Amino acid sequence: MSTAIKVEGLGKQYNLRAVGTGTLSHDLNRAWHKIRGKEDPYLKIGDTNYRNTKSGSDFVWALRDINFEVSPGEVLGIVGNNGAGKSTLLKILSQITSPTLGEITIHGRIAALLEVGTGFHPELTGRENIFLNGAILGMTKLEIKKKLDEIVDFSGVSRYLDTPVKRYSSGMLVRLGFAVAAHLEPEILIVDEVLAVGDIEFQQKCLGKMKDVSQHGRTILFVSHNMSAVKTLCSKSLLLKDGTLDSIGSTDEIVSRYLNLNSEITQSGIIPDNFIGGLGTGEGKFRMIQVIEGSKNVSQLYFRDSLKIRFRFQANEPLKDVIFAVHLYSADGIQLAYAESSKGYLALENLPEGEHSYEVEIDVIPMPGEFAIGMSAYHSNGINIDTIEKGYDFNVISTSRSNDQHYKWNTAHGYIFSNSKWIKL
Amino acid sequence: MPVGSKEWVLKIRPEKSLISLDFKALWRYRDLLSLFVKRDFVSLYKQTILGPIWVLLQPLLTTATFIIIFEKFAKISTNGLPGILFYMSGIVLWSYYSDCLSKTSETFTSNENIFGKVYFPRLIVPLSIVVSNLVRFGIQLLLLVFIWFYFDLKGVPLHFHSALFLFPVLVLLMGGHGLALGIIISSLTTKYRDLKFLVQFGIQLLMYASPVVYPLSSVPDKYKWIMLLNPMTSIIETFKYGFLGIGEYRPDFLWINFLSLILISFIGLVLFSKTEKNFMDTV
Repeated sequence: MSTAIKVEGLGKQYNLRAVGTGTLSHDLNRAWHKIRGKEDPYLKIGDTNYRNTKSGSDFVWALRDINFEVSPGEVLGIVGNNGAGKSTLLKILSQITSPTLGEITIHGRIAALLEVGTGFHPELTGRENIFLNGAILGMTKLEIKKKLDEIVDFSGVSRYLDTPVKRYSSGMLVRLGFAVAAHLEPEILIVDEVLAVGDIEFQQKCLGKMKDVSQHGRTILFVSHNMSAVKTLCSKSLLLKDGTLDSIGSTDEIVSRYLNLNSEITQSGIIPDNFIGGLGTGEGKFRMIQVIEGSKNVSQLYFRDSLKIRFRFQANEPLKDVIFAVHLYSADGIQLAYAESSKGYLALENLPEGEHSYEVEIDVIPMPGEFAIGMSAYHSNGINIDTIEKGYDFNVISTSRSNDQHYKWNTAHGYIFSNSKWIKL
Repeated sequence: MPVGSKEWVLKIRPEKSLISLDFKALWRYRDLLSLFVKRDFVSLYKQTILGPIWVLLQPLLTTATFIIIFEKFAKISTNGLPGILFYMSGIVLWSYYSDCLSKTSETFTSNENIFGKVYFPRLIVPLSIVVSNLVRFGIQLLLLVFIWFYFDLKGVPLHFHSALFLFPVLVLLMGGHGLALGIIISSLTTKYRDLKFLVQFGIQLLMYASPVVYPLSSVPDKYKWIMLLNPMTSIIETFKYGFLGIGEYRPDFLWINFLSLILISFIGLVLFSKTEKNFMDTV
C-alpha cells in the first residue's frame, strides 16, 4: 500500500445551537429532505471558523475541504493557530466524532494520544491502570503483559506500582500515561500536544521515544505549538488556517509560513507627519524606522537572526556633522544596546536637504522576548536633532533557523544572548 | 510492515447506514470489557468496612421492610409463601433489572470525558454494566438459595418446577431489556436531558407495576394483561413458579416478552449507533 492515511474532501460542520438543528421544525425539515433523498439544507449555509467575527449563521465549518495523504513511515506535523481545526481533525481521525462530508481511508491500526492517562481510575493501582489504559487504547491483555516491564521502566514509577493512582503526583500520572501509549504498536500514532504537559525531562523522553517509533517505520501525526519540537521530529508538515488546509510541504517552509501568517499584523514603521518627537531642534525628522529581514519589514525575528534596521531621515535644511544612533529597548523600557554611526561606520559630515535612507546591522543577539527600536539623530557636539523613542516594536521567538540553535528554555535568561568560546583546561 | 497484525483497512465517512455495529471490534475489545467489570466492582467496595456484604444487606433490609409494611400492615397476600422468600425473589430480580436500566441509561452522559478522548466501541460500557451487575445478582441469588433450604428443612411446602430450567432465559431477558431500554434512554438523554429525571422516578414507579410487592394472582383478570405488558411481570412470576412452586406461568407472555426484546433492541441499536458517532458534538 502506498498511503497510510488518505483524506479526501473532509469537512466537519458544527451547529452552534445546542439541540438538533435548533428547533423541531428545522429537524423535521432536515428529515423531510433526507427522506426525499435531497441534500441537507443546513449544510449549505455555514461560515468559516473565524474566531474574531460574530457571524449571522448558527452553523460553522470547523474543517472544510481538507485533502492530504500520508505515506507509511512519515512523520507529519500539523500546525496552526488555536481554532484552526487541528483537534477536530484529530478527533475525526480517532473516530471520536464523525465527519460531515468526505472520506478518510486508513491502512493500519490507529492509536491516538489526545490526552495522557485516559481512563485512569483513581481507586485502581498503577499496575491495574496500565492494563485498563492499555485495553482502552486497544491493546490485548497479552500484549500488555509482554510489555509491562518496559512500560514500568519507561515511566519510572516502579516503586509505586501497587499504590492507587489517586496518590500519584501529576508528573507521575503523565509519565505513566505516556509510557503505556508509547508502547502500543499501532501502525499509526497520533499525538496531540502531549508535550505541553510535563517537565523538560519528560518532554525529552517523549520526543526521544517518538523519534524511536518513527525510525521503526511507523507513521506519526504530531500536533504541537512547539515549533522546535515539530522541526526536530517532522520531515513534512501541514498548516491549517481557519479550518482549511493552507499549505503542506517541508517542515521548514511550513513553520516559517505559520510564523509569517501570525506576524502579518506587522507595523508599517512610518512615523506620522504630526508626530511630536523629543526635544530635538527639528532641523531634521525621522520619517520611517523598521526592522527588516532581507528586504521586507517584519515584526518577528527568529532567534539568532541578525538585527537589521532600515530608516529614513528627512533633513529639512542642509545639516552638518550628523550622527545617527540606534537604541534597543526591552518591552519594559530598559535600554539594552546602543549603536552609533560615528567614527568610521558611516562618516556623516553633511546631509543635504531631503530624504535619506539607511540600513544598519547591529551586532547584538536579543533573547526571545519583546523589544522596541528607537532612533536619534544629533550633531557631533551633542545637540539633539530628533529622537524617536519607540519607533518600531518587534519580538524574537525561540525557534531559530537551524535546528541545533533553538533557544531551549522556557524563560529567557536576560535580554541579550552572547556567542562564546569554551575551552576545557 | 505492520508488526503482527493483518492488513487493516478502515474507512471513515459520514454515516449513512442504519445500524453500524462492528462486532469484530467488540470482540477485539473483550479484554476491556472484563477490565471495566473488574474496575466497577473494585471501586465500589474499596475503602469500605463492610465491603461486599452490602450486596447482601440491601435485599435483606428491603425484604424486612416489605414484610413489615406489606405483609403485616397492609395484609397483602403472598400467595401462601413465606414472606421472606416471596419478597426477596422479587427484589433480587427487580434490582438486577433496575440497576441495569438505570446505569446503562447514563452511558453517554456519565462517560463523556473518556468518550471524548479515546475511541473504543461504546457498546462495551453498557455491556460491562450488565455483566458486572450479574456478579451482584449471583451473590444475592446464593443468599436466596440458602434461605430456600432453610425453609425446606423446616418443612414448608416448596416445590421446584421444570420451569426453573428457563432460568438462564429469564436472566437473558432481564439483562436484555435493561440494556435495550437503557441504551435508548442514554441516546435520547444526550439531547434532551429531562429524560434523566423521568428514569429515576419512572423506575421506582415501575416496581409497583410489577409483582414484587404483590402476586399477579391478586390482580383482577381483566387487568392482568396490563401488568403483563411489563416485561418484568412474566419474568418474576415465572421465576417464582419455578423456584417456589406458586406463580403465574404464562409461556405465551414469555414469547411476547422475547419478541418485544428483539424490537426494543433493534430500536436501541439504531439510536445508539447514530448517537455514538456525533454525540460529542452535542452532549
